[in-house]
Amino acid sequence: MMQETMQVVVDTPSYIKCRQVCKANVRANRCFKFKKNLEAVSGDELFAPGHSACAGCGATVAVRLALKAAGKNTIATNATGCLEVFSTKYPETAWRVPWIHAAFETSASVASGVEAALKKLGKDVNVIAFGGDGGTVDIGFQALSGAMERGHNMTYICYDNEAYMNTGVQRSGSTPYGSSTTTSPAGSVSIGNKRPKKDMPQIIAAHGVDYVATASIAFPLDYMKKVKKAVATNGPAYVHVLAACPTGWGSASERSIEICRLAVDSGMWVLYEIDHGDARITYLPTKKVPVIEYLKTQKRFRHLKAEDVQDIQDMIDERLKRYSNEI
Amino acid sequence: MPRGDVLHGSRAVAEAVKLCDVDVIAAYPITPQTHIVEDLAEFVANGELDAEYVLVESEHSAMSACIGASATGVRTFTATSSQGLALMHEMLFIASGMRLPIVMANANRALSAPINIWNDQQDSMSERDCGWIQLYCETNQETLDTTIQAYRISENKKVLLPSMVCLDGFVLTHTIEPLEIPDKDAVNRFLPEFEPAVYLDPDDPMTLGAFATPADYIKFRFEQEKAMRNAIEAIEKADREYKKETGRGYGLMEEYNTKDADIIIVSMGSVVGTIKEVIDQLKGEYNVGLLKIKAFRPLPKERIKEVLKNARVVSVVEKDVSIGLGEGGLFSEIKGILYNLDERPKVLGFIIGLGGRDITQPDIRDIIKLSKKAEKDVVDEVHWIGLR
Repeated sequence: MMQETMQVVVDTPSYIKCRQVCKANVRANRCFKFKKNLEAVSGDELFAPGHSACAGCGATVAVRLALKAAGKNTIATNATGCLEVFSTKYPETAWRVPWIHAAFETSASVASGVEAALKKLGKDVNVIAFGGDGGTVDIGFQALSGAMERGHNMTYICYDNEAYMNTGVQRSGSTPYGSSTTTSPAGSVSIGNKRPKKDMPQIIAAHGVDYVATASIAFPLDYMKKVKKAVATNGPAYVHVLAACPTGWGSASERSIEICRLAVDSGMWVLYEIDHGDARITYLPTKKVPVIEYLKTQKRFRHLKAEDVQDIQDMIDERLKRYSNEI
Repeated sequence: MPRGDVLHGSRAVAEAVKLCDVDVIAAYPITPQTHIVEDLAEFVANGELDAEYVLVESEHSAMSACIGASATGVRTFTATSSQGLALMHEMLFIASGMRLPIVMANANRALSAPINIWNDQQDSMSERDCGWIQLYCETNQETLDTTIQAYRISENKKVLLPSMVCLDGFVLTHTIEPLEIPDKDAVNRFLPEFEPAVYLDPDDPMTLGAFATPADYIKFRFEQEKAMRNAIEAIEKADREYKKETGRGYGLMEEYNTKDADIIIVSMGSVVGTIKEVIDQLKGEYNVGLLKIKAFRPLPKERIKEVLKNARVVSVVEKDVSIGLGEGGLFSEIKGILYNLDERPKVLGFIIGLGGRDITQPDIRDIIKLSKKAEKDVVDEVHWIGLR
């Protein structure tokens, strides 16, 4: 598993276009700038292999890259969920930075306490709170809102795999429209999940948080740059990263990165940042891919009829238009 | 020099927290605890206490923030009551399971529904299995002294468990009593600087709060129980040394006229003051003693057995009830402690003062009279006092 993710970051297959930093349409292995940026990525592996995540797990990529960006002078807090379970089975741990987990909804509130203690001790250490989408947009929402509003110097990273994967793929507030989960199953009279995804980054932005960004594990340099900015922010910062879950999405484990790239190229997921109120889209696909290309890679969408797909296409076109105007 | 003052129970707690140089406070307001967190906010605002004060958005986050701060290696404090304590329930087990020496004041108050802001002890009694040390206080002086002692006990390396200082809502929190505030140097001698056993440190990364399978989980629980047993000695040691510094000590429990008493009342919290008063009034008429339980967790079972075994009747007076069992928690436990004796006293349970209902001297006299009757006659095991 770790082998595969390493290929994405360290080895650059020649067919990958450089889309990480600039929009120049050259092959990555010929792009000087891309290579330079890759070389700048820390070789430190602060999230160790040997954990028990599924093959193709997007959360592991999200954490590994975030820790590369933040560096070892970091304390991590974690919500209950897959990440905590597969990385800290006693007496082993995958974390090479100090790490603490208390409960499902407490990543942000525990991080608040860590940050307050560091302040009192006069220690300058990065605080990163990790949570899945359930631990962030649902059960951890209140604690996160409080932590962001209070202005703690911390970065919250939501790795979003769009359902409660640890407990067996139940619907969360971050599950997209039309997705079939075990608690929103598609059926003869149901399309699956009936509501669109909660727009968490915008909700956090409404708190007046200094730095808010969306990211995708398929755009590692963009993601790491955002994590670096978030960590460097003197106050609260929030990064929401799309991270595939082959088990929950019903996708091929070797296609996780590709699928997270398709999400962005189709407009299903938009990469942007709001830096001290200054909003900008950080990557726009040069050629937009029809959303069906994204949907058909995953079993959770396979029940959708042509008209449903068109509805989703319309929704994301509309959203992209709105973002293009607003951001 | 120690200084005399006349203070609310809430202020007494805040003064104690200040004397202990607490580093991080995370708290949320709830009646009747609010004065504690307001006073602390005032101390911080005036520079009298150099602490980070995290104004959390719920008690759940208060305890979570205390867990995060304590795990980062600093002394922490929070205060709550009733619904707030119930909201913390999940985090209480985590704080004790992670062996973090957090200290919390709980202003004892009834639980909803119906909503009621007045005193009983249902809130902390309902958390008896959460792995926290629970120390119940009779007076404001005892509350102040117990809060200081609680840090020493919790931070003892053989213990490393959080402590809950229980003071009766309104009866203590909002009542003014004369008391003595110990000298800062005396507290410094008694309570050394906090040295965390393990903490979150980038130079020496640790994983705290890991996932344990059935192969390991039970070990952690057993270790916690062992630590709680160690707390019995730690409480006594802390109390002895505190007495050396201040002249005041409370022990694990207090015996009042228990020697050769026919009837022994067992109770905890502020009501024991009323009980002592009535015992004095009935001297010569009734041979009654009192066992005041201060440490409810850990419960010093052997000591309790020694005190109670020769009584004819043991009457447990308490402000809580286990619905469905029809008796209070302390009563059930006292009965259990005495059960394996070859000859044991009769044990009666009295449920009283729920939702802040006044506990009067006549109530206590009635309890003593009924206990006397039980020496010879058959009487009901459990009595609700004050129903009408």
